[in-house]
Amino acid sequence: MPDVTLTVDGKKLTAPAGTLLIEACKSAGIEIPSFCYYPNLSLQGACRMCLVKIEKMPKLQTACTTVVTEGMIVTSDNEEVRQARKSMVELLLGNHPLDCPVCDAGGECELQDMTFSYGAAESKYMEAKNHKDEQQWSPVVFFDRPRCILCYRCVRVCGEGMDVWALGVQNRGVSSIIAPNKEDHLECEECGMCIDICPVGALTSGAYRYKTRPWEMKHVGTICTHCGDGCKTTLGVRRSDSGMEIVRGDNRDKSGINNDFLCIKGRYAFDFAHHPDRLMQPLIRKNGKLTPANWEEAFELIGKRFAEIRDHDGMIGVVGSSRITNEEAYLLSKFARVVLKTNNVDHHRTADFPALAAALSGKPDSTATMREVYDAPAILLIGNNPTDQHPLLAWQIRNNVRLHRSRLYLINSQTIKLGRQAAGFTQIPAGTEGKVAAYLAGDDAAVEAIITEKNSRETWNALREKLRGEQKLVIIFGSEIRGNDVAVLVKFGSGVHGAKFVCLADYANSRGAADMGLYPDLLPGYHRVADTGKFHDEWTSIPATTGLTLPEMVDAAKASKLKALYVVGANPIGRLGLDPFLFSKTFVVVQEMFLTETAFMADVVLPAANAYEKSGTFTNTCGDLQILKKAGEVTGTKSDFEMIVRIADAMGFDVHKLVPFGAGERTDMGQSRGAQSGEADRHAVWLEARGLEPKMSPLEPTAILDEIQRLVPGYDFSRINLLAGNDQHTTLANSGPGAIQKPELIVPANDNLFSSGTLGRYSKALHSVMESRTQQTSEVAAD
Amino acid sequence: MKFSDEFETRFTMMARHYPTKRSVLVPALLYAQDEIGYLSDEVIQEIARRLELTELDVRNVISYYSMLTTKPRGKYNVQVCTNIACMLRGGEELFAHCRKKLGIGHKQTTQDGRFTLEEVECIGACSWAPAIQVNYDFHENLTVEKLDKVLDGYQK
Repeated sequence: MPDVTLTVDGKKLTAPAGTLLIEACKSAGIEIPSFCYYPNLSLQGACRMCLVKIEKMPKLQTACTTVVTEGMIVTSDNEEVRQARKSMVELLLGNHPLDCPVCDAGGECELQDMTFSYGAAESKYMEAKNHKDEQQWSPVVFFDRPRCILCYRCVRVCGEGMDVWALGVQNRGVSSIIAPNKEDHLECEECGMCIDICPVGALTSGAYRYKTRPWEMKHVGTICTHCGDGCKTTLGVRRSDSGMEIVRGDNRDKSGINNDFLCIKGRYAFDFAHHPDRLMQPLIRKNGKLTPANWEEAFELIGKRFAEIRDHDGMIGVVGSSRITNEEAYLLSKFARVVLKTNNVDHHRTADFPALAAALSGKPDSTATMREVYDAPAILLIGNNPTDQHPLLAWQIRNNVRLHRSRLYLINSQTIKLGRQAAGFTQIPAGTEGKVAAYLAGDDAAVEAIITEKNSRETWNALREKLRGEQKLVIIFGSEIRGNDVAVLVKFGSGVHGAKFVCLADYANSRGAADMGLYPDLLPGYHRVADTGKFHDEWTSIPATTGLTLPEMVDAAKASKLKALYVVGANPIGRLGLDPFLFSKTFVVVQEMFLTETAFMADVVLPAANAYEKSGTFTNTCGDLQILKKAGEVTGTKSDFEMIVRIADAMGFDVHKLVPFGAGERTDMGQSRGAQSGEADRHAVWLEARGLEPKMSPLEPTAILDEIQRLVPGYDFSRINLLAGNDQHTTLANSGPGAIQKPELIVPANDNLFSSGTLGRYSKALHSVMESRTQQTSEVAAD
Repeated sequence: MKFSDEFETRFTMMARHYPTKRSVLVPALLYAQDEIGYLSDEVIQEIARRLELTELDVRNVISYYSMLTTKPRGKYNVQVCTNIACMLRGGEELFAHCRKKLGIGHKQTTQDGRFTLEEVECIGACSWAPAIQVNYDFHENLTVEKLDKVLDGYQK
């Protein structure tokens, strides 16, 4: 659209036609206060805070509903405007309790800020305030009615943003109240967006309320450790007896790929970190019992046993995690090959990335970022239920349809909630997702399996033609599509102009675990173990034969051939329902936060830090790389990175060969550059931005990140952008050849909105929500 | 939930009058209330279903309008206006008299279920104040004596 020129406070601005005045002012650095206006939600015009003077208009106008026009002359701040805003604040304060000293929002409250700005501390209203006790609407949402200023933000974000429509406004005038959908409680997805978006302390979080004040916390923007979407969550931490306690998760830092969005897990489910069952001391099995030990003893024992077994050609298996950082996954992959001298490496696979890497080889720009899902003109989603398993992806799709009119084509064996946004929903018999891929790719015979009463051959043909005619189509597929079907789907996509792919995996760093080569047949970057090349040159002496998959390791244990098993952040015994006695002849080392089924039968258990307690990087399911920042801390735990290095050291391995640190003989720590005189050490900033800062310790993940950037194709991202907290897209185009593996090795996690593997088992917040639901259902059933 | 044929005819006709589905909500609620006496949970569910709204949406609208009710009323809903014109001409006395005579207060219903009393805002009969409205019938230029007669007329 053409630009229009307008004048605000004597300043000439240009903005595209159709821009709201409040937005035009914001982009020019002129702040117009508002409570009810919120970008990307429908306009309300309820709070009257954004009143401005516009020449030739008789009364003050609301900047949030006025569209800029050519030659408009606006005054955003004069006596009349200030008086009007002051009156608005005075009205709002008419029934506001002024309990700021105990209110959760005190210190970060928009009404408080406005009262300071416009000075409406004195009031002419003498009426008694209308009090109403606080109500609990769900285990995690509380409502304090008198604090509410009726801006309707919560109502709109719940309805328009989340498509849940659980909040409404009842009654009229001064008696108006926000009401939940089930009279006295909420039945919703418990995302807590209403709490985040509330400008005052009317909606408060069950996890955080009355615990501390905003200024007493340190706020750390890091990446959520639950599903594979990679939302940025801001963790509020404060000092506690055992380190740093996480007391709040919210969306204060909106710079992430999730913008405003955060689901229940990112917001409340950080509490597993402080669960009383958390391991805080290494355990060694002595006389059949796990006994507390110290770190030196544990590392010495592991080092000794691992070295013995390796030197006597005993079989060792390594199981990695989908929740450790890229650096840790890479290090573990390298440790297995170089130190343990085995290719027996695996992890819980939830998506077929090796097949995708194989199919996309040589196709640049063929994977979509999470941000692109929000902008794409058309989306094809085959399988999965993002609302439950990928809440951010669902948000991106939903709001893309709402705000940008994207066309969503849905193919699923179930009727899923995103169907409400779909331009077309095609239901297929369960398990025929591969046939859909084949048909779309041009195999007309495949249609027989997907014809149903509702969808005839003609319907399918019409759909295929429509999809072929789309441009910049983002093709998203769940784990239903795996093995050869991935290549078939990619073949279809190649025929659509500008098509890009997203492969859905379930855990926070499932993609990273795959990219970093936690496979028996693949090294980092999907480089096959049998192929020589840079890994063989740098790592030297990689075993040439393909190693064992996890089920094969289990079989080896059954046959008493597996002498040692090293499990980093995984619970294969619990997940696969294995007999723990299977491993009674195996030396088992487990790095875990809790005494899981696998840790319970281990010979040595090392207490691990989780993703909120360390730095590093995660790659989300789309391939967006993001930086983790250490927020919480629990005394007595170590990061998996440190433990791997310490074990290598205890085995007598030269850790310089594992982690490239301390390369030079001397290093300039900045003493010569005037950093102590108080100015920014620009040279150090420059070095860090290029990954050239001195790595002084083998426990420094960025040292491995240097190696990852050098050796893993697709990871040549900008270090300074990463450090700045921006997401960096990695690609699969130049990866190694990948592989077609056994499809049955992929087992989706099937987590829903309120479960999250081992982390979910130890999250009270998630449990409280699930319990409240079962109670309600049983009440209904009893009638 | 079953409505009368008359309601159904009206509903079908109304649905065609508006560009959006939910516009039918208010008249549909009003007709349903006339038929059933109040807006029961069943009515709310049915109308929400027909108009593709959440029950919460329907309840929000009902709570906005004082003429819509989710609680059963008496057979005759006596609405006494006490806004400015009626007040100056004795509306408040009429309301006090009703309370005494019927033995109930604002928004209450007599034991026999015959009368519900309500103090309402302007009913648009200022020229003939003081006025009351019983269901859809207006009674104007009232005095306490005239009011007695009016109420007695509804005893059956």
